[in-house]
Amino acid sequence: MTAGPLEAHLRGRRDAGRALLVPYVTGGVTADWLDYARAYAKAGADAIEIGLPFSDPMLDGGTIQEASDRALSRGVTPGGLLEELSGANVGAPLIIMTYGNVVYRAGPEEFCKRLAEVGVAGLIMPDVPYDEVRGLSGAALAAGIELVLLAAPSTTASRLERIAAESRGFVYGVTVMGTTGERGALAESAGSVAVRLRELTTKPVLMGFGISTPAQAVEAAAHADGVIVASALMRRVIEGATPAELGADVLAIRQALDVPQG
Amino acid sequence: MSLTLWNPESRSAPPRRSGMDDPGSEGRFGRFGGRFVPESLVPACEELERGFREAWADPAFRAALNQTLALYAGRPTPVTPAARLSAELGVTLLLKREDLAHTGSHKINNVIGQALLARRMGKTHLLAETGAGQHGVATATAGALLGLDVTVFMGERDMERQQLNVFRMELLGARVVGVSSGSRTLKDACNEALRNWVGAVDDAHYCIGSVLGPHPYPWMVREFQRVIGEEARGQCADLLTHGVPDVVVACVGGGSNAAGVFAGFVDTSARLVGVEPEGGAAVTFGQPGVLHGFQSYVLQDESGQILEATSISAGLDYPGVGPEHAHLADTGRASYVTMSDDEAVAAVSRLARTEGILPALESAHAVAWVLRAAGTADLPSGSTVLVNLSGRGDKDADQLARLM
Ligand SMILES: Cc1ncc(COP(=O)(O)O)c(C=O)c1O
Repeated sequence: MTAGPLEAHLRGRRDAGRALLVPYVTGGVTADWLDYARAYAKAGADAIEIGLPFSDPMLDGGTIQEASDRALSRGVTPGGLLEELSGANVGAPLIIMTYGNVVYRAGPEEFCKRLAEVGVAGLIMPDVPYDEVRGLSGAALAAGIELVLLAAPSTTASRLERIAAESRGFVYGVTVMGTTGERGALAESAGSVAVRLRELTTKPVLMGFGISTPAQAVEAAAHADGVIVASALMRRVIEGATPAELGADVLAIRQALDVPQG
Repeated sequence: MSLTLWNPESRSAPPRRSGMDDPGSEGRFGRFGGRFVPESLVPACEELERGFREAWADPAFRAALNQTLALYAGRPTPVTPAARLSAELGVTLLLKREDLAHTGSHKINNVIGQALLARRMGKTHLLAETGAGQHGVATATAGALLGLDVTVFMGERDMERQQLNVFRMELLGARVVGVSSGSRTLKDACNEALRNWVGAVDDAHYCIGSVLGPHPYPWMVREFQRVIGEEARGQCADLLTHGVPDVVVACVGGGSNAAGVFAGFVDTSARLVGVEPEGGAAVTFGQPGVLHGFQSYVLQDESGQILEATSISAGLDYPGVGPEHAHLADTGRASYVTMSDDEAVAAVSRLARTEGILPALESAHAVAWVLRAAGTADLPSGSTVLVNLSGRGDKDADQLARLM
């Protein structure tokens, strides 16, 4: 299958020698949440992951749970957040992260069509594994949305091969057997997931979960094409840091990744 | 895109005999069920499915389970004709006495099965969620019996409401972890147990308390509860002229006691009735959705956020329902009705005074349906009806004292 625009964009940058950086923001966590996304783009994000909050985020640790709760208690809805994205001109390709029920409730066809309408490029659903994407991948394909699949340290060789083949946009390598959330050190499993994926595919491989500091980003990117950073940024947002301050955080990671690795 | 993703032939075709059979390798009950878990948990679910299939086909495992249920848990439980209440209602009412099982409810059937399986699979640790604490107490009990560590996740609000059960679990050697996220109740405890399982799959078995969760849980838990229906089928054959009752009725939270008793009668002429609490009636008021790893009817708002259930009975306070019940409702093989909190409370005292049996508030929902339906077209005079009395009401005495 030919690469979609998101994959082409990420491949292009990767092939130019750049380590990819995808920061995350929970949609609606504050009234000015889009300004965080804009600040990320300015700081050199290669794409931006936007979480549509769900009441029961099974794969999220405390920080993103709290961000989701905050957004929901502000009264935001997936439909309203997508409306805000429409014409928002963030400055980088957007990837939506949300749980299956949000998508099923809207209807996969409707939901993916709406994503495309508001300029979203990709979709990640952490509780819809490879085996259950049937029915969703068709809807995503028809709407031109690249459905990103996740691979975990526990994923067997045969599954990994299928995930690498079916994932679109990029392949999301989960660093650790656990939820999202900051960790003191990068899990040892991180490297092996990335290495195994890269043996199977030339698609961009991005690592996520527990990547908190510029140093950890550099470490994770050593075996992969880039990183996704979420909880460390969302903790700062929850603590009240401004979009400009978050922009500086992302820039620090960007600069660490841009130092030529010897 | 590889064809395996799309080819229906590649799905194992489960045998379709009675409608409550093996849901196949994908764990499908019609359009419901499945395995909606993070990729990191898929191998653990597959390992569990393999482990269960092997154990269930192994006569030695079955024998060990049956022996433990008999010598330890008090099986078989009797079927008691409710003579005085039957006379008052003009129907023949039989009670399947799960209240007499060890720890006071049917929950023990499932946890002994899962704990034996976990040990056979080399696991040393059980994780469980609990709402009212009944499943937590049962898991703590099985852990003590088999020498497995037990961690129980419980919403902080439920811990306040059910202090006695928290203490019981701790007495039995379990660790109780309060869950402060979301609504701080059962659904949040399920989320937290799943999150913890992701990080502990090598040593830990997640012992789910009802016919919920990713495949193979809804099927496996139903199989472990099937003993209720199988015993009752034989007991009804001895007690009733027609051998099977006209109606089999059970309360439905997640749906495990109902699934267990229905499984014994699904291939008979008996009508199957599931009773949901008015404030947590996923089949009656929910929409199709995905929660805690499976597709089923779920109480949710129009944008897909899960709603909290609000029943007087903590054991029925769940916003979803087991996927097989959703399917049984779709096919019409079982029907689902709701009872109010008041009707359940009234049923507790009616059964207590007429039969000397204090039912759990959960089970009282099933009794309440009989009280309402007897003498109507739903349950004409002269009918025979089997109620699965899923548990005893001692745990609810405090709550009832405050209400009455
Ligand atoms: C006595 C009793 N009955 C019923 C239930 C509801 O569970 P299920 O619908 O899985 O049987 C519970 C749950 O705690 C219970 O304790």
